[in-house]
Amino acid sequence: MAISVKVMNRPEPEDTSYLRAALSGMALTFRHMVSPTTVTQQYPEEQTDLSPRWRGTHRMEVHADGRPKCVACGLCPTVCPANCIRLVGGEDDQGNRYPIVYEIDEFRCIFCGMCQEVCPVEAIHVGRHFENAEYDRSRFVYDLDRLMEQDHPTTLLWDPSDPSSE
Amino acid sequence: METLQPIAGIWGLVAMSLKTLVIFSGLILVVAYTTLAERRVSAWIQDRVGPNRVGWFGLLQPVADGIKNFLKEETLPATASRAFFVLAPVLVLVPSLITFAVIPIAAPLPTPVGVVDMIIADVPIGILYVLAFSSLAVYGVVLGGWSSNNKFAFLGSLRASAQMVSYEVALGLSLIPVLMLAGNVTLTEVVWQQQQLGMWFAFPLSLAFILFVISAFAETNRLPFDMPEAESELVTGYHTEYSAMKFSAFMISEFGHMVTASALMATLFLGGWDLPGTWDDAFWHQGQLIRGFAADGSVLLASPALWKTALTFVGFACKTALFVLLFIWIRWTLPRFRYDQVMSLGWKVMLPTSLAYLMLIGGTILVLDEIGLAWGFWYGLGLTAVSGAATAVFMFYLDRGRTITGAAAQRQHMAIKSTSEPVAAGD
Repeated sequence: MAISVKVMNRPEPEDTSYLRAALSGMALTFRHMVSPTTVTQQYPEEQTDLSPRWRGTHRMEVHADGRPKCVACGLCPTVCPANCIRLVGGEDDQGNRYPIVYEIDEFRCIFCGMCQEVCPVEAIHVGRHFENAEYDRSRFVYDLDRLMEQDHPTTLLWDPSDPSSE
Repeated sequence: METLQPIAGIWGLVAMSLKTLVIFSGLILVVAYTTLAERRVSAWIQDRVGPNRVGWFGLLQPVADGIKNFLKEETLPATASRAFFVLAPVLVLVPSLITFAVIPIAAPLPTPVGVVDMIIADVPIGILYVLAFSSLAVYGVVLGGWSSNNKFAFLGSLRASAQMVSYEVALGLSLIPVLMLAGNVTLTEVVWQQQQLGMWFAFPLSLAFILFVISAFAETNRLPFDMPEAESELVTGYHTEYSAMKFSAFMISEFGHMVTASALMATLFLGGWDLPGTWDDAFWHQGQLIRGFAADGSVLLASPALWKTALTFVGFACKTALFVLLFIWIRWTLPRFRYDQVMSLGWKVMLPTSLAYLMLIGGTILVLDEIGLAWGFWYGLGLTAVSGAATAVFMFYLDRGRTITGAAAQRQHMAIKSTSEPVAAGD
């Protein structure tokens, strides 16, 4: 016998059983059949409670007059580890900076939430939301209008009464 | 008042057309819902939920499956033998459903124009017709696997042919005790004799019943005998190359086989549409619909009624459903046999056992007739005792692990010869 071969100590054929083993197996499956202990979550009807730390789809805060709060400072594209934010800033005639292009690629985003942490004006947030399925790949790049339209709650990591986490 | 005559003439033609239409479309519907039952029951067994999205409790799932299969892309392998490739699903589908034609599904139904037998074709060759058509199904399986020009499909069909031919022997031999007791091959008479005996054949012929159930599992290619499919070894076996509705035809035929085999088992061994008591008994005896014989040999006329037909049909449906459930239950419990286990079970256990049991039952019938015991409850009880003893012996033998045992246990006996040589792979 080769040295690496492990010899299993199998029972003798006289000591083995097929019928009794099969019947006890069938008894087991029957018990499960009549009283299944289902743990399946009926997803669209039953929703999971999201963790307080949940970081999901982004949203852009807006001023009362409908302008985005973003001042196009460029901190979020700089800090973004996945490099998924594209920002082209502009300046209006009063000297206020605003984003001309603000796009987040939700495919590349790793939802670390650092854009929210770094934002000086509390404009960009990650939200308590994850159902963002689409029929088209291109729809996953959220532009500024789309980010402003998002109406799901922001993550509980951010407390609106203490916006700069002090 | 209605005449207790068999329906004939133009009304007979109408009744026949209606029966064919209703029974076969009903059968297709039952087969469709068996697929749902399989999926739901398997889910419960595995602590899952199963398909519950389409319709109430998932009841429209078979419809959704059907639409999906019709709309799917149909592929035709470039190297397949086209004519046979298309022919194979038909050859599998038709025999699996057509067998149902000779199974009586309820007590005769009285109508103002005559009594309608609740059976499509009460052919005099009954069980022989069933055997003939169940053997035909193997042609479709073999043809499907061969014409696909695919190694796995070919292996699957090879296995299917070997397995179905092997178990057909045991299937036929386990039927002969039934024929000996019933004295006829028509299934209506098999039901009638069970009514007369006062007990269903599952008791006086318990071992034949068990052998028939095992053979039926092998014939329908259901687990633990699904060697032709064996999805973990052969992709899906003989229907690997099939897609869309052709694949669906194979699935329908598998479930059709299951339903038909269940109905057959219910008819042969659980009294068919018979319910306990003699109130529902009915049989055409020399042109009269009789319920039984009085002590002096005169006939007692039967009184068929709509409610009796309906009730006996429910009984038949419940018995069939019981066996369908058994099929599903066993499928989701037992693992698949190895190929050599299937063969050794078929030829070294089933065949000798059914032959020995055939002789035992023949001898017992001879002895009981010599004693002069009347055909009735005590006659059945005598047979039950003999069969029960035979079943106990069979069970004891089968359970000892001599036939269906782990590979290691079998090898241990021969391994002593050459301990230094590793066992060649793939032997």
